[in-house]
Amino acid sequence: MKRLAFLPFMLIAAAAPAANAPGPDTPASLTARYAAEAGAAPSAQRGAAFFAATHVGGKPDTPSCSTCHTADPRAEGRTRAGKAIEPMAVSRNPTRYTDLKFVEKWFGRNCDSVLGRACTAGEKADFIAYMSSL
Amino acid sequence: MSRASLTRAAAGAALALTAACATVRADEKYPPMSEPLAQAECSACHMAFSAAFLPARSWRAVMAGLDDHFGENAALDPAAAQQITAYLEANAADTTRRAKFMRNLDDSQTPLRITETPYWLRKHRPGEVSPRAFLDPKVGSRANCVACHRDADRGNYDDD
Repeated sequence: MKRLAFLPFMLIAAAAPAANAPGPDTPASLTARYAAEAGAAPSAQRGAAFFAATHVGGKPDTPSCSTCHTADPRAEGRTRAGKAIEPMAVSRNPTRYTDLKFVEKWFGRNCDSVLGRACTAGEKADFIAYMSSL
Repeated sequence: MSRASLTRAAAGAALALTAACATVRADEKYPPMSEPLAQAECSACHMAFSAAFLPARSWRAVMAGLDDHFGENAALDPAAAQQITAYLEANAADTTRRAKFMRNLDDSQTPLRITETPYWLRKHRPGEVSPRAFLDPKVGSRANCVACHRDADRGNYDDD
């Protein structure tokens, strides 16, 4: 029983990973950057549809953003290997979309996994606009 | 949620997990991943598994196939991939004598999953671990070592 007494605290620590430091960018600056590249105004609504959609062309185990991030970006997600993913919504995780290099790395990986192609600048602008609107 | 109810919820989860996981008594300690870049990159989606769980030839194959890493793109820039591969090779199972994870592993075999190695399979065979334990939603995946080996991040798989 002595051992079990520590478990609740260990589990809480595991469920709430330490926040990463914010990077040099902001969600607004990245949205603006991608929107300028796309030549179109960002749309949180389009971003919401994109996030929830079941896509074709990607890898079979990851048909949607919501496969790992859940249908609610304000919630914690879970990788296929069982590890917690911090929420995607800016309101729940202020370190999101503050580092272009990090954002590009994960769009690069996950757009290929989910869509089987790179995301367009317009899709990236819409995505971050949606995550900033929640 | 109040702290008290959070603690109760966590205690409940802990008890449920204890029920799902088998009790193990053995000397199962492996050096945790010590290279900071490898640790950071490998732990983005799963626990940073010890390099001692696979032979160097397996790590080379895993690192050469990151574009389709067990069904997901986990690509790294070439410099990072090279640095991490070098660390994994230098600390792989076949760099130490009588490594447990080399047991019954034929030279012709290049397992890509730790859970495909003869040693892992023997230690988790039905009878040691109920196959149902891996289906528990709190476990979710055979890659989720810490679900049962709660000290796995520190290289300790001796759960008793």
